[in-house]
Amino acid sequence: MDTAAVVFIQVLSTVSSLVLFSSGLAVIFGMMRVINLAHGELLMLGAYSLLVAIKVGVNLWVAMLVISPLFVAIVGILMERLVVRHLYGRMMDTLLATWGLSLFITGIMTTFFGNTMEGISTPLGSFRIGNLTESTYKFFIIGMASAVLASGYLILKHSRWGLIARGTMDNPIQASALGVSPSAVYTVTFGIGAALSGLAGAVLAPLSGVLPTMGVAYIGKAFITVIGGGEAMLAGTGSASILFGTINQIVTYFSSSVIGEVALLVSAVVLLRVLPQGITGQFFRRSL
Amino acid sequence: MKPPLWNVLGLVAVGAVGLLTLILVPLLAPVHVQLQLTLYFSFAILALSLAFIWGYGGIFSFGQATFFGLGGYTYAIIAINMNESTLAIVAALLLPAVFAAVLGYFMFYGRLSSVYLAVITLVVTLLFHTFLGHTAGFEYRIGDAALGGYNGIPAIPPLNLPGDTSRFIGPEQMFYVSGVCLLATYFGLRLLLGTRFGRIIVGIRENELRVELLGYDVRLYKTAAFTIAAVVAALGGLMFTNWNSFIDPHVFNLGTSAEIIIWVIVGGLGTLVGPIVGAIALGFLAVELGTQQRFDVNLILGAILVVFVLVVPQGIVPMTRRLLTEWWEAAPSREHRFEG
Repeated sequence: MDTAAVVFIQVLSTVSSLVLFSSGLAVIFGMMRVINLAHGELLMLGAYSLLVAIKVGVNLWVAMLVISPLFVAIVGILMERLVVRHLYGRMMDTLLATWGLSLFITGIMTTFFGNTMEGISTPLGSFRIGNLTESTYKFFIIGMASAVLASGYLILKHSRWGLIARGTMDNPIQASALGVSPSAVYTVTFGIGAALSGLAGAVLAPLSGVLPTMGVAYIGKAFITVIGGGEAMLAGTGSASILFGTINQIVTYFSSSVIGEVALLVSAVVLLRVLPQGITGQFFRRSL
Repeated sequence: MKPPLWNVLGLVAVGAVGLLTLILVPLLAPVHVQLQLTLYFSFAILALSLAFIWGYGGIFSFGQATFFGLGGYTYAIIAINMNESTLAIVAALLLPAVFAAVLGYFMFYGRLSSVYLAVITLVVTLLFHTFLGHTAGFEYRIGDAALGGYNGIPAIPPLNLPGDTSRFIGPEQMFYVSGVCLLATYFGLRLLLGTRFGRIIVGIRENELRVELLGYDVRLYKTAAFTIAAVVAALGGLMFTNWNSFIDPHVFNLGTSAEIIIWVIVGGLGTLVGPIVGAIALGFLAVELGTQQRFDVNLILGAILVVFVLVVPQGIVPMTRRLLTEWWEAAPSREHRFEG
């Protein structure tokens, strides 16, 4: 019984991590159709800004919830203004250019910080279920993921800003005829996607450690989740995270984490063979 | 369209440059240059595999590093177990082909869009990297070959003449072997592109729907092209493993995939010579970069990639060709202007 409870918490927290580190990508890919291969590096920059902020004495929660998202949002806006902007509509070139950016950012961080893993101690301590202990921080991750999904839904569905953003993605010419500047909306949307990635990188940093090449560990899973989810941004990312996270964690429990990742990928490839449009191409089609 | 005469002249020129390189380099250049070139020949074969599938098939794949590494690992495991290379060569080309056919079946018969395809091949490559990195334990042995995790597989036997292990191929002969393999791959792909199959592949790149409506099974052709490209990449991996007599999971990392794409982009997408030039030129450049300590190599590779995508998207060889043609055509009219 205790074991079952712990496994359940582990599955939930794996699902939540997937939601967190895929959400920024889901915004940028789902709304703008931009393949951002520098996504992992945005997560990495979020983790590093947390690390640096803590070192200069900023409170952990302020650094994690304010500084990291802000800093990475600025980086994202710069990326959009300097590089991505010139390549809208050329999907393959965007993919290549953002990948170049990914190598470039990794290179800069390796030059400054060296290729060594740095740790951030996990806050909030741990709790006991029977004889088993589990980190309380996992509940924080589950809470953050729920908060990201809920606020995403509220903003997109019920705010004026969400309406403008959705309208612009749907039909930029019509939106600009109504007085909206699509170019500004693109920049802001990219910035928000980057901010979400920065937040995710910072929230996950205490568990993953901080390393210039850490983005590689996330990029594959994030893309698989977003693509497996399909068209609808929130419902897709949510449902794909639940599916892949559960498969990954349960296989991991019975074998090893590497086999768990293999299982995640194989299930994703099979899923795309059966549902090439992703989960929301078939189910929940009218959701966000 | 280019006149056939130019095509023939181009082929003859490539053949002549290739043969001259093979004859002159061992006579004129120091041994270390010859050894370096051997390595770059294997990279050039790898570049050709992406040049074919992406430049002519229009299928962008991050997975060529997978087939390269898979070829290398298969050769290593079988050569260590058999102590003889004939079967190892066959298996090193066959296993990646089978893997590519299965993966291709899932991707092309699922009709994934090109961007999804890029992501899937990327994830597969990363997965091999992670998986082989975690095979350090004693239980990960295939016969006599320990996979060794991130430490890799050392002491891989060299190629030998079929059935005669005493006559193996040393580092200096390897130069000729990989050079000839590179030339054979180049001419093989040129021949293939001239056949009916090759023209359908290029047709799919140009207009997939039209080819499909003409009655060709596009999914089958794409899977076949993907498999052929995998065999070419595996041949490169085979040469690489022989050059190194060592292989580790680094062949599957993002850096390797990045380099292949940069060779093709810098050399010129849609040509076969360009990627060869790109692989060899950037190979020498990387050695120069490796000797300086100030910047991380990734930083420079990334910058090259971004600059080329934004500024010279067509690559060096097509750009040079265009500039030469413009210069050639502009020359008489310039004379004219001076006279008038």
